[in-house]
Amino acid sequence: MAAGKEIKTQIASIQSTRKITSAMEMVAASKMRKAQDRMQASRPYARSIRGVIQHLAKSSPEYKHLYMQQREVKRVGFIVVATDRGLCGGLNVNAFKAAVASMKELHDQNIEIDICALGSKAVSFFKSYGGNVTAAKTGLGDQPEAADLIGSVKVMLDAYDEGTLDKLYVVSNEFVNTMTQAPKVDQILPLKAEDDDDRLSHHWDYIYEPDAKELLNSLLVRYIESLVYQAVVENNACEQAARMLAMKNATDNAGNLIDELQMVYNKARQAAITQEISEIVSGAAAV
Amino acid sequence: MAMTVHCDIVSAEEEIFSGLIEFVSVTGSLGDLGVYPGHAPLLSELKPGPVELKKQGGEQEVFYVSGGFIEVQPHKVSVLADVALRAGDMNEASAEEAKKAAEHAMADQSSELDYSRAASQLAEAAAQLRTIQQIRKKLGK
Repeated sequence: MAAGKEIKTQIASIQSTRKITSAMEMVAASKMRKAQDRMQASRPYARSIRGVIQHLAKSSPEYKHLYMQQREVKRVGFIVVATDRGLCGGLNVNAFKAAVASMKELHDQNIEIDICALGSKAVSFFKSYGGNVTAAKTGLGDQPEAADLIGSVKVMLDAYDEGTLDKLYVVSNEFVNTMTQAPKVDQILPLKAEDDDDRLSHHWDYIYEPDAKELLNSLLVRYIESLVYQAVVENNACEQAARMLAMKNATDNAGNLIDELQMVYNKARQAAITQEISEIVSGAAAV
Repeated sequence: MAMTVHCDIVSAEEEIFSGLIEFVSVTGSLGDLGVYPGHAPLLSELKPGPVELKKQGGEQEVFYVSGGFIEVQPHKVSVLADVALRAGDMNEASAEEAKKAAEHAMADQSSELDYSRAASQLAEAAAQLRTIQQIRKKLGK
């Protein structure tokens, strides 16, 4: 029964692994619910500010902001949103693949790329993959706050203001549902005007307080920050959902493995018993 | 019955109020301003201060916002509240911090495991530093 003992230890170790993965699954499930709530809670702001920006784009302002002008593209910025921790399936890898694919496309057109990495997985990926990382922020935790992102976004916006960057993209995961998360690459600068409201098509403008330039400046910065915040919050919900799924699979696999090992153990034990009996019987017959 | 207009008060992290109102007054950057239904389009920055609402039916309600924007359209009023207190130099400092974090991450070529631990420690230290600065600022006032 020497083999039997080894199998027993192996079963015990897989069982403890299964306990951990199933605990992680439950933790991820409860965190996911909270993350989803946060994602929902951040939507009204995004909707309102998008509304204001769209009105602005259709008004006839005396001042045209830098963020609304298209210019020749020489260098683009990518804000790549990833998680801080692993064990969440292919979530980060998929987002990085999407990012790298669009970066490669731009690279082939001789356009240079700056990266802003959010989340330690993004930082370590671009460290090994290579790339000009100009800003980084890690340790956002399970409750990312808008205030935590201001610094990294400002680095990219400053570069845009100086004319170093001519376009800005955000790469993150979209929360389709609990089972599905899709990576997406969105352009956030320059702003694209969307046409869906005809009520405001006549010539009009806001009363600006204080002056238009100052106001638009800070409003558009807020808008970009809110877009990035939204991406981070959504990515957080994706992370928890992906982790929940990955841990559920791991728990199921551990269960299967335990069943198989148990079978092997039972067979070995039965074989040992049969052998012992046949030895006794043949011994008795010889006497 | 008094005329009403739809009003949304939102911050980046949550929806604070949404409903019909008869009147709203906010602290604009150039002074207090009151908005009745049918106001001309207006876009203004807000200073930290109270937002006073008169809801449909006359009930009053007051919220505090730490700055933000108000957009007025004849049919809609939106207040976009800031969650974070903003000061020019504070933004500058956090931008500087993000840059440094990037440089640090790229310069450090040791194993990934070590790096992520170092990064989380760095982030923690930076957060503590920020907290201390904020407390100092509060005490200073």
